Parts: sequence; structure tokens; C-alpha cells
Amino acid sequence: MTDFERRSIISGIGQSAIGRRLNRTGLDLTVEASLRAVEDAGLTLADIDGIATYPGGGSAGGGAFAGPGTPDVQDALRLEVNWHTGGIEGPAQLAAVVNAVMAVGAGLANHVLVYRTVTEATAQGSGGRQGIGAGGGGIGGSMQWTIPFRAYSAANWLAMNAQRHFHEYGTTREQLGMIAVNARRNAGLNPLAIYRDPMTLDDYLAARMITTPFGLFDCDVPVDGSTALIVSRSEHGANVDHPVARVEAMGTALRGRPSWDQYDDLTTMAARDAGAHLWTRTDLTPVDVDLVELYDGFSFLAMVWLEALGFCGKGEAGPFVEGGTRIALEGELPLNTHGGQLSAGRLHGFGFIHEACLQLRGEAGERQVAKAEVAAVGNGGGPIAGALLLSRDG
Amino acid sequence: MTDVPFRVLPSLDETNEFFWTSGSEGVLRFLRCQSCGYWLHPPGPWCPGCGATEFAPEAVSGRAELVTYTVNHQPWAGPADPYVIAIVGLPEQEGLRLTTNIVGCPIDEVVIGMPVQVVFEQHGDIWFPLFEKVAP
Repeated sequence: MTDFERRSIISGIGQSAIGRRLNRTGLDLTVEASLRAVEDAGLTLADIDGIATYPGGGSAGGGAFAGPGTPDVQDALRLEVNWHTGGIEGPAQLAAVVNAVMAVGAGLANHVLVYRTVTEATAQGSGGRQGIGAGGGGIGGSMQWTIPFRAYSAANWLAMNAQRHFHEYGTTREQLGMIAVNARRNAGLNPLAIYRDPMTLDDYLAARMITTPFGLFDCDVPVDGSTALIVSRSEHGANVDHPVARVEAMGTALRGRPSWDQYDDLTTMAARDAGAHLWTRTDLTPVDVDLVELYDGFSFLAMVWLEALGFCGKGEAGPFVEGGTRIALEGELPLNTHGGQLSAGRLHGFGFIHEACLQLRGEAGERQVAKAEVAAVGNGGGPIAGALLLSRDG
Repeated sequence: MTDVPFRVLPSLDETNEFFWTSGSEGVLRFLRCQSCGYWLHPPGPWCPGCGATEFAPEAVSGRAELVTYTVNHQPWAGPADPYVIAIVGLPEQEGLRLTTNIVGCPIDEVVIGMPVQVVFEQHGDIWFPLFEKVAP
């Protein structure tokens, strides 16, 4: 196949400090991550000729969620770019990577700085997580169909998807809990993870309820931090002193109605479309994948992605993860090897891409998966989703 | 209905006012295509059923089936007793759904598939369509 994806590699990766309340600005964190990624890619700032983020400045949700826009980062680093973009509409957080890969594939740029920055922990302060719109005031657009019914959070919306999955397929909290228990186990081997203390299934089940069937440990942990990636023309791989992640394929489709309650199949939502699309753009198949980094902003979403990407049958994610051996580091399909957003922190999609690159490069330390040549990444949940297939090169 | 909870109110405009005020007449209305009868929700300018552009709000029966739900325990907007958020499906058209609340029945009696009927909760000019359990 000659799809444009394979013209790109992720040549460098970098992260800022990551923590619960760093009290640093998003721009400060972004610059830290970006400089690391540029150096890791064997480049200098003068080589960077493109910049992309998700969602970026001016996006709904506010600065703590959105991170700095590309004009701010371009200016801070005095970049001269041929191409620049940011935005919230696209295949979830992966949209920024997709845009970078398209720009490289189209010849608009050679090395694109792609970043995602959050400062949600500092913004939240000590008051706990607030619901969207909970401050009052009128609400319009698509949010008017959920928020006024006291459904303030994606926790509520996705809990209903999970409850429907439980109803149709007999999925249980004991099965769902293995996503969180597995993440915590892996986080124990990740020095940068937020929650590293061991957690049993009983600990998980005993946690306070948030919105049925989600308890506290089904919800990810807000953090401050920035992740930067350098998407380069594939030829650059030969210049780098470490293996790189080659972009094999991307799944960007959205076929069902993009709506929390009107999407046809509430047990899958948009991941179904992005997952199926991914496999149309590569000769690889699910059996070729060595490890998976699947969005777990809420535990249930990782189960959705396992089904959507074809690692198990529709409705079978519960039995697939039950007991946790199959998805463990030494299992047949290691899942969320860094601890996911549930335990390593809510870097909002990009933490999974960063971890996939580390694993493919053989740089994941104590949590390194023995055979790591192909990795699948799922970003997003509900009505937004993007999928990425990466392979080791070099 | 006693103990009306805090709610974020929708911003009314020319596209949604009929929906949010319809409860003042005791009925739930959706936009309906005047050519083919397709129920269009959320409101929009074009019928995916037939391509027509003429719509009018029309009343539905108010009956529905519980498609899925969650019992919320988290105080997103200040302290609150646990309450039920749900998605209901309307019999008028496959896939025509509303996010809503189930009220007037003990939480442990809420089950997927149960029949429900619309009731309205008034907040000024706005009438929220909520649903109560009814006998099959």
C-alpha cells in the first residue's frame, strides 16, 4: 500500500514535568516538552517548519483544558513555519497528529511540532472536579440536550453507554474494574505515574460511586503536563540515534450521528467507525499488534476500543479483560502499559501516543513489553474518536 | 413536583424555543418534516428522510422506553441526593431519543426497557421534559 501515512514517522517525543498541581503556565510546560522532543528528534528549532495542537487557544472548555494555542507556542519558540493548525473538531485528541501527518504527506512540512497541554489539576484547585456548566447561565448548542438534565460530565454520559453495554452483553463491574486494576499495576512500574500504590479489585469495588456503574477509580486523574511529538518525513529516521515510530495507518472515520444520545449504537459510539477505518488503511491486522494504548478517561472506553479495534468480538470486552492476565504486561495484549490516564494522569490522549513510542523504541524501563514492534493507539470516546497504528522502525 | 432541583437553563432561540416551552401545554413536541413525516431532533434545516425543508413542531404521544440510565452520586453542581439521568427512546421513530431524568419512582426500581411517560418540570418559561415510570 502507498497510503500517505507511511511518509511520516514520530522522530522525537518529549514531556514536561507532570503533576497534580504544578502551578506553572501551560505555555511554560509546552515549551519544556517541545524542547525535549526537538532534541530527541535530533533537530533544532530552526528545523521545525510546522506546528499543530488539539484543541488549542480559544477552544471551548477554557485554557486549563485547551492548553496554549499555536500562535503562542510559535512565538515563544520563535518558530518559522510553513503550516500551522489547532482545533477541537476532528478525530479526538489524535486530530493534531492526523493534521501533522497529512501536512508531511502532502509536502507542506518536514518536521511538525505536535503538542497537547493540560493544566486541569491546578485549575481545579482543592475544590474537586466540577461539572460542565455547573456555574449556571444559559447553555446553547449541543450541550443544551444533556447539561440541563443534570448530566454535567462526560462521566454521566459515558456511564449510560457502559450501563447499556452491561445490559446487552452482561458486562460486570468486576470486569470493568480490571481496566483500572491493570492500569494501576503498570503505573507501579512507571516512576512518572501519579497513582502508584497497589490496588486490588476489592479496593476498586469499595471506592465511592460517582455515577453508576462508574466508581471513583473508573475516572481518570486530572494533571498538569504537556506532551510533545515531532512528526517528520520518514527519511529523517536514518538521522536519528534511536529507533522511531513509523506511522502505519490512521482511523479517522465518523459514520454514526456525532451526538451523545442520537448515535445509533450506544455501546460503541465513534470508536467503532475509527477502529474499522484504521484496518482499511493497512495490510496489518489485529493479530500483528503487540501492545495497545487505549483511551481510558473512563475505564469503559478502553473496553470499547478493544472491541472497536477488533481485538475481541462485539460485546466481548468484559470476558476478554476478566482476571486481567490477557491485558497484563506479560499477557498476549498488554494494555495501557504506563498506567493510562486512570493512574498515570490525564494527559488527554497524548500520553498514550508517547507511551506507544517509548515501547516501540524499547525505552520503557521496568514496564517494557518483551516484543514491541507494532502498537495500536485509540484516542477519544463518545462521539469523537481517532485510531493510530505505529510500528518500530530502526 | 416538590423539591425542584437546580438546573442549567437552555438559551432559547428561534430554533429551540418550541421544544423548551411546549410543556406549558402539557405536550412534548419535536420538529416534523411536513413532506415525509420524519421526526428531526435536534432541530435542523433539512430532512435526511426526503430532503424537504418544511418543518413544524408536532406533538408526540409522550410515551417512551428507557434505553439506558445512570444514577448520579457526584455533587457536580453542589450537594444533591442521588438522581437518575437517562436516555429514553420514543416509539414514534426508531432512534429518536432524549437525554432526560427519571423522576417519581424509587431509584432501585429503574430498569432498562421499562415504559415511561413524559412529565414536565417548570423553571420560569422553560418546561423540562422528564419521565415517570408507568405500567406496561
